[in-house]
Amino acid sequence: MLKRTALFSAHQKLGAKLIDFGGWEMPVQYTSIIDEHLAVRNAAGIFDISHMGEVTVSGAAAAEFLNQLLTNDIKKLTPGLGQYTLMCNERGTVIDDLYAYRLCGDVYFLIINASRVEADVVWMKSQWEKFPRRSELTLTDASHNYAAVAVQGPRVKDFINDVIPGASISAMRVARVTDLKKNEIGGFKFENHSVLVSRTGYTGEDGFEIVGSDESIRHLWDKLLTVGAPFGLKPAGLGARDTLRTEVCYPLYGHELDEETTPIEAGVGFFVSLDKGEFNGRAVLAEQKASLRSEASARQANGVKKKCVAFKMTDKSAPPRPHYKIFSGEKEIGEVVSGTQSPSLNLGIGMGYVPPEFAKPDTKLEIEIRGKRFAAVVVKKPIYKKR
Amino acid sequence: MSNILSDLKYAKSHEWVRVSGDIATLGITDHAQAELTDIVFVELPAVGRQVKAGEACAVVESVKTASDIYSPVSGEIVALNQPVTDNPALVNTEPYAGGWFFKIKLSHPAELNALLSPEDYKKQIGG
Repeated sequence: MLKRTALFSAHQKLGAKLIDFGGWEMPVQYTSIIDEHLAVRNAAGIFDISHMGEVTVSGAAAAEFLNQLLTNDIKKLTPGLGQYTLMCNERGTVIDDLYAYRLCGDVYFLIINASRVEADVVWMKSQWEKFPRRSELTLTDASHNYAAVAVQGPRVKDFINDVIPGASISAMRVARVTDLKKNEIGGFKFENHSVLVSRTGYTGEDGFEIVGSDESIRHLWDKLLTVGAPFGLKPAGLGARDTLRTEVCYPLYGHELDEETTPIEAGVGFFVSLDKGEFNGRAVLAEQKASLRSEASARQANGVKKKCVAFKMTDKSAPPRPHYKIFSGEKEIGEVVSGTQSPSLNLGIGMGYVPPEFAKPDTKLEIEIRGKRFAAVVVKKPIYKKR
Repeated sequence: MSNILSDLKYAKSHEWVRVSGDIATLGITDHAQAELTDIVFVELPAVGRQVKAGEACAVVESVKTASDIYSPVSGEIVALNQPVTDNPALVNTEPYAGGWFFKIKLSHPAELNALLSPEDYKKQIGG
């Protein structure tokens, strides 16, 4: 039996097509992936992201624990700030990628992938048990307490203050929602509910993600659609969410990231802070980062053997899809992990893993589609850049 | 509500055929295009190819997925709709007209009797 979010009946009313995503019955599209995608790029879109997981970590030893658990440096977070980060095992491969927010003092709030909630919580608890100061922190899977929406697009800033009016009451203190800067999070009153609003997203556009109780998010969904409609706001499904994030090369767990891949290989080494002290996977990740700087050491045991590249199709072809083979000449060199027809660029785009020597922009590749090979070229990330 | 034309025959796998003499024209139904949405690519078989009834012989791709198209009749591919490969959205906008895929010279015309009538197809899609 698939799980349903607080917004399930809202999706049904809108006539959404529903699919299984990480065990959740979620809208893949309402009218058309292309229309929803372009609404987000040109105006605004609203996504149900209630399936995502939430974990709270609090107490005097919370920051020290999180800095051991995660790759980015949690101590960079002042209250009301969030950061993209990754959770790795001892081999330096990725258990999940997530957002970590510091709400206040010793209280941290993690937003994790829906498909990884169980694996993440098992891992976090095992790490907590080994942590010497474990009595000084509390770790709670709060996923069932929250629903969430993402409102994304260049017009969102023009109506969000009318939906959630007034100043924040916790975390980052600002006079209104649009005073939040990128990666900042504030607690606001919406009607008689408390909601957390962060200026973050997964589309490459400006926007906000809002977390609250089931009831608050049901009201917020309706209110946003009503107030946002004159600005071009449309409900958008997971189909558009995937094409939007692929255009800007944001990784998706299970595609670019998995337990056989390190953040360095995935191209998110920027979020691995080697100078913060010991953390899970540090030894491997340090060696890999060093190997990127010298080609000879790439052949070392822990060197980088594959890199995640972005590519565009240069031949007219069907859209590339995950698991299609990548060739250079007659040699099979890798596999596509994400691929689609880009609604913004109107051509086939994707990401895939290839050996480091094929990862430079302008490298010519071929993608095998139903037994035939079509030309593609490695491009700099992101594939789509806002003009 | 999907449009179902009364002068066509239908396959359970959502293709339509329009018969004229021993030539059948094939496309996908309005219901099928609405389910697929946003068709961005159409791949057609080569002219001269012999196909058997039930054989996958074309592919349509939406943003999200690739779907096989099956010929419900046997014969030789004799003509392709080139405009639909240049403008795949024709399948969405004109599924029974400009969105046709190919013409096939029937080798076993009796196969047509096994296809669904408009009424039966309507029942199948819950119309």
